[in-house]
Amino acid sequence: MDPLFQLLLRMGDNTLVLGHRVSEWCGHAPVLEEDIALANTALDLIGQTQMWLGLAGEMENKGRSADDIAFLRDIWDFRNLLLLELPNGDFGQTLMRQFLFDAWHSIQLGHLINSSDPRVAAIAEKAAKEVAYHVERSADTVVGLGDGTDESHARMQAALDYLWPYVGEMFQSDAADLALVKQGIAPNPASLRGDFDALTRRVLAQATLTIPQDNYAQKGGKTGARHTEHLGHILCQMQWLQRAYPGETW
Amino acid sequence: MNPSLDQIWQWLETVPDPEIPVISVVDLGIVREVEWQGDTLEIAVTPTYSGCPATTVISADIELALRRNGIKNIAINQQLAPPWTTDWLSDTGRKKLQKYGIAPPQSSGAPQNCPQCQSADLEKISQFGSTPCKALWRCKTCLEPFDYFKCH
Ligand SMILES: [Zn+2]
Repeated sequence: MDPLFQLLLRMGDNTLVLGHRVSEWCGHAPVLEEDIALANTALDLIGQTQMWLGLAGEMENKGRSADDIAFLRDIWDFRNLLLLELPNGDFGQTLMRQFLFDAWHSIQLGHLINSSDPRVAAIAEKAAKEVAYHVERSADTVVGLGDGTDESHARMQAALDYLWPYVGEMFQSDAADLALVKQGIAPNPASLRGDFDALTRRVLAQATLTIPQDNYAQKGGKTGARHTEHLGHILCQMQWLQRAYPGETW
Repeated sequence: MNPSLDQIWQWLETVPDPEIPVISVVDLGIVREVEWQGDTLEIAVTPTYSGCPATTVISADIELALRRNGIKNIAINQQLAPPWTTDWLSDTGRKKLQKYGIAPPQSSGAPQNCPQCQSADLEKISQFGSTPCKALWRCKTCLEPFDYFKCH
């Protein structure tokens, strides 16, 4: 697979799958303001998906639209991080996942703004402005709940312990990544770890939470080698309409 | 003969933003370029937020307004770079927002005055509001909640 196409799928599938997960909260969040915030975040992510997958379809030149790529691929063709397909859990776990992703996402986009490919740079610049809001809000919420009541603190620590093994995948580099580094299109994923650790350490310390010592990493999402069982369930809900009524519009 | 570009801009100034109908798409700063290519009018429009559902409606509204004025060949292109910023909101747009009850964006990141009573004693309720471009604030003087057009 062309390395740039791979990158576009990885970026677009991350935002698609997380956007879908976050939208599951619509109408269910603990308070109205959080409900609106989650829906807006999901909307941003789906909008970014349209840009990444739209460009993927354009450069593939087989006539596939962003919708075709989103709705007509199966599990093994998805390239999102495993972290993002995990079920939401409680509100705290959802916001902890959001923070861990936002931290990585904001750093990754910061590099992609300087991509040698002007189309990638343009999307990154647009998305980075939105993600700056996301990370500000998710970091604030993680601090508020982590340094909150005994109950909220315990739940946030449990969420961090559960999600931490899924963080390492963000920084794994493969042949496609290295080819992109060579062409100046994208940064080496491994090189983002330092900035990520600095940001997460600062926020999680403020949240009075303890980062797990074990750095064992679950992997298989961004390469497509092995997704969790949860992705199939998401696609089942996300894609059934386009599959049951191909090409349907209204 | 093609209508002049000045005329086109005047027509565009009558196209309201679908979510905040007191300001026009020109006030909002999302029409980036208008030019004739032969007998086709090419218009570059930039999205405010990438997921904003109003984007497609805005393009349709622009096309409709221009067709009503007799323009037949219209090409509307989405332009991503440079990304839209609230700095492009016109001064008239800012005044219209304030009058409508939406505090206009400030570079400080917080609204200046309550659009109802002008008090500066304000507090943020939520960073996200009824649309992607707004946050929710409250005036501590008149106690009214209000929308703040986020600086972006
Ligand atoms: Zn007031």
